[in-house]
Formats: sequence, structure tokens, C-alpha cells
Amino acid sequence: MSTSTSYSLKENIVASARVKWLILKTAMEERLVYRGDFAFATLVRFLPIVTQIFLWNAIFDNASIDGDTDRVLNGYSYANMVAYYLLVMVARAFSSMPGLANGIALSVRDGSVRKYLIQPVDMLDYLFWHRIAHKLVYYAVAIGPFCLVFWLCRDYLPGWPAPQVTLAWTCSLLMAFLIGFLIESLIGLISFWFLEVSSLIFVYMMMNYFLSGHMIPLEWISEWIPWVNYLPFKYLAYFPAAILLGRIPPETLVVELSIQASWIVVLLAANRVAFRYGVRRYGAFGG
Amino acid sequence: MPAIVVENLGRTYQVYRKREGLLASLRGLFRREYRQVQAVNDVSFTIEEGEMLAFLGPNGAGKTTTLKLLSGLIVPTSGTATVLGHVPWKREDAYRRRFSLVTGQKEQLWWDLPAQESFRLHKEIYRVSTQDYNSRLQELTELLDVTELMSQPVRELSLGERMRMELIAALLHRPDVLFLDEPTIGLDVVSQRKVQQFLLKYQKEQGITVILTSHYMKDVEALCDRAIVINKGAVIHDGALAEIVDRFSQHKIVELHFASDSTPNGIDRYGVVLEDRPPMLRLQVEKQKVSAVLSQILAEYSIEDISVSERPLEDVIAELFSTEGG
Repeated sequence: MSTSTSYSLKENIVASARVKWLILKTAMEERLVYRGDFAFATLVRFLPIVTQIFLWNAIFDNASIDGDTDRVLNGYSYANMVAYYLLVMVARAFSSMPGLANGIALSVRDGSVRKYLIQPVDMLDYLFWHRIAHKLVYYAVAIGPFCLVFWLCRDYLPGWPAPQVTLAWTCSLLMAFLIGFLIESLIGLISFWFLEVSSLIFVYMMMNYFLSGHMIPLEWISEWIPWVNYLPFKYLAYFPAAILLGRIPPETLVVELSIQASWIVVLLAANRVAFRYGVRRYGAFGG
Repeated sequence: MPAIVVENLGRTYQVYRKREGLLASLRGLFRREYRQVQAVNDVSFTIEEGEMLAFLGPNGAGKTTTLKLLSGLIVPTSGTATVLGHVPWKREDAYRRRFSLVTGQKEQLWWDLPAQESFRLHKEIYRVSTQDYNSRLQELTELLDVTELMSQPVRELSLGERMRMELIAALLHRPDVLFLDEPTIGLDVVSQRKVQQFLLKYQKEQGITVILTSHYMKDVEALCDRAIVINKGAVIHDGALAEIVDRFSQHKIVELHFASDSTPNGIDRYGVVLEDRPPMLRLQVEKQKVSAVLSQILAEYSIEDISVSERPLEDVIAELFSTEGG
């Protein structure tokens, strides 16, 4: 009988990187199996962008007086609004996590979560790399339509941003991905206690829609709900878009990015605690 | 040295008690009744390295819960257990690299991809060297007769083929302990036999410690010498498989071949007639009455041939569980 092997730190790092790479690779392969459905679903997601742009067009048209096409609503012209909306959609391409919380809840309910408990893997890490694979495949397909929409709306967009703004925007997008992932996985982990979390997901989706700046720019909401700025939701959509539109004053940019990073730390800790206690509560359902 | 030591292990579940009807459901929104279910109750046993042991019991007896405890999936409410010196529910990687759990639910493989993709991921997760991986994979695929199916998506495989792939996934890292929970459930006879033969050969060659739960007594008889019988969460027998029949069966089977072409009337006063196919008749007789019954029958009838045998394990187990109320 073999005895347990101990590994050096370097061996652990290399082995862990290889596992992550294999999860990424395998999940990408899996994602490409149903290519027809996948391509269709990706393209269909662009329809709401088009309808939303038309909707804002109608709103601004209605609001303008005597053909005054430069009407500004709460600090946003029509061009600003289109640019804001398109950039919000880019941020959401990073921060939205379709099926993550539901997937975790389902695996707890049907018992398939056991594979993460039995094998020497970290469940959150596994799901994280799995999700990155999903995103990468999505971007590979969505980049074409995204470019097309941006090119068609080029007149509404501000010019190329300064390199430091682009860097801040990139950081905020990557962190938006992490926050989106950690919020949804946390909701999923709650299923260790309640099994069914679909209403919780619904509530989260609603809050996300209003409080992330997806529906309307966040400045409009923060007038009557000032605490919206203290929630993590704004970093999922509004914040990255606002950076690129120059709506975040340069002197507060670093502070805001730090707050965004702090949310990641808080949510990661919450995930770890939820997993630890959730697994202890777990009754290993499903046979 | 024992591979598995279990002492007074217990696990209680809190189960929501749902009463019948809509009104009760509405009441349940405000006030819920729970009851405690003792799934495993004061279970103790020891398993030596390289032993292959059967875990028998009716549904809900506590077999699967015990396996879940030993795999670290759930935490006990009382008692202790060590497997290969590790406390399972601490879920240390050093332990998780040394055991495997295979259930009839078959969930280790990626459904839409060929099994070999899942195997490659297992190779990395369990840190198997390329050389070991290649030789083990070749050995396992040949033994289980699935070489041709390696590049076929798992969803297109039959139940039996998928089960064999699950076994490969579970064994690629050469675990020292293997927990098999109903590994042949739902399989046809041919697949069942293939899995049985494989497990027998593999266990002998590798000397791994195996706990098997199965409702198929054929599995158990083919693979295990020792059995633990568990019912209502408690161990009611721990010993040789053969002892179960001896210990729990109150009857023996007497097979009679009459000299005439028919079987006589009134023979049922000696026992329960199991089969009446003239000139042969099979009779179930109480153990302590066998010799008396035999001498009376021999005196009364003209008999050509006679044999006495134990009842099949399957019948004894079924009877045991029904009388124990399982």
C-alpha cells in the first residue's frame, strides 16, 4: 500500500496551474459541443441592445422641445446615453454569470456537488476556471457583433481614452468579473441551507438591474437612493462605463478602484465562510 | 494494520415532517415539525488492509450514510473513524488522493465530452505522472473492454459502458481504499458480470481495501468473504458471508425425487412446498426438524434421491430484512 506523498511548494504551484489549465481547456471544449445553440444564444443577446437604443431614441425625441435634438436628460445627451448603454453592456459581458448560482444549487440538490468534496479540488476554484472558459468562448463569438454595434454607433462614442484611463477601465472590467462571480457563487452556496435559491436569484437579478446602472445611469438613482454608491452592484456595470466616459474624477479613480478591490476581498471571505459552514450542514442528498 | 477503524459512529438527520394536504402545507409555512432520524447508530468495525467487505442492508439501513461518512462527505453526530490514518470529514487532500467513491449515480465524467477528456483532468487533479497514466489507462481500458469507446461522448454510452468508465476514472490514481455504492445497479447481466470479474481481478492484483454495498447478492457472493449486515443504522452481523445463512436462516431446503411419476398428497405437513414438479418436490423445512422429517419421509414414501441444502443467501437476506422491519 502506498503512503501519502508530500509535495513541495513549487510542485504544488505547478500542479495547481496544470489543473486550472485543464479545467479551462476541457470546459472550453464542452462549451463548443453545442455550437449551433451557443452561436444563436450569443447573437440573440444583441437584440436587446438594439431595442434599448431605439427606446432611448424615442425617449429623447419625446423630451426634446421644438426639434431641439441636443436635449440633455439629467446630464446625459442622447449620444452620451447610447455610449453609456453600450459600455454598460461591455461591463455586463464580464460581470453577468448566467446559470452559476442555479448550477451550484442544483448540484447541492441532486448530490453531484459531492465530486468537489471527494476529489482533491477546490470547488470555487474549479467553478471559477470553468466560468472563465465560458466567458472566453463567449467573447470569441461575441466580439464580431460587439465591434459591429460599436462601429455603427461610432458617432455617439467619445474618442479613444488616455492610456491610464484604458488601464483603469480594464482593471475595473476584470474586477467586475470577479465581483459578479463571487456574488452569484455566494447565492449558490446558500443552497446548502435552503436548497432552493431561485427566488433569491430573482431578487438579485432585479437589484442588479436597478442598482448596477444597467437600467438607467446610476447618477439618476443616487439622487433618491444615496446609499446605492455603497453597494457592490455599481461595480458590475456603471463603474467601468463611467470610467471610460470620464465621469469618474481622476482624483477619486484610485479610491474607487480600491473600494472595488475591497469588495472582492469581502465577497471572497464570505464565500469561504459560506462554503465551510455549508459543507458542514450538508446532508449529501441524492442517495 | 487496519485500513479503516470505525468506533461508535453515529449520524442523525433532521427531517421536515410534511403532513398531507394543502392546509397542512400552508400551516407548514409558519410552523414546521421536524423529526430526528438516526441514519447510523453506534456503528463500530475494523477493516484490514487489502480486505474486500460487503455492506448489506435494506434501503435506508444506513449503508450509504456510512460510506458518505467514510468519504468525508458528511460529518458524524457522534463517534470517530479513521481511514488510512485520516479523519475523513477533515477532507485533507492527502486523504482525498488515496480513496475513491463510486456510486450508481455515475457523476464523475463530463457528459458531453469523451471519457478520455475527463480522465486527463483526473490525471492532473490526482497528480498522476504521464507514464503511470498511460500504462494504467491502457490496463484499465483493456480489462474493462472499453478501448473502442474512448473517443465517444459519454452521453452516447450505454449505462454499463458509462459505469465502466466511472470505474476507470475512480482507479486512475490507484486509490488504496475504494468505496463502491451499488456499482452494478441498473446494469444488465453481462455488464454486471464484467464489472464483477474486473473488481475481483483488480482487487486481488492491487491489494486495495474495498467496501461494497449492493442489493445484488450475486455481486456480494462473487466478491466478498466478509459481510457487515446493517439495519436501522446498527450493525446486526459482522463476520463471514457464509455465516449469515447459517446464523439467520431458520430453514433448510430438502429436495426429494420420488420413485413414482407423481408427488404424494399431504407432504406439506412436513414443511412449505417451494416447488412441485413431479417426480421432484422441493420442501422448506425448519432446521431443527430436518433429520426427523427425513426419517419420516423415507419411512413413508418410496424415494429415489434426496438432498438437503442451505437456502440461497438472497432469500435469507430478504427474510432477515423483512422480519427486522427494514
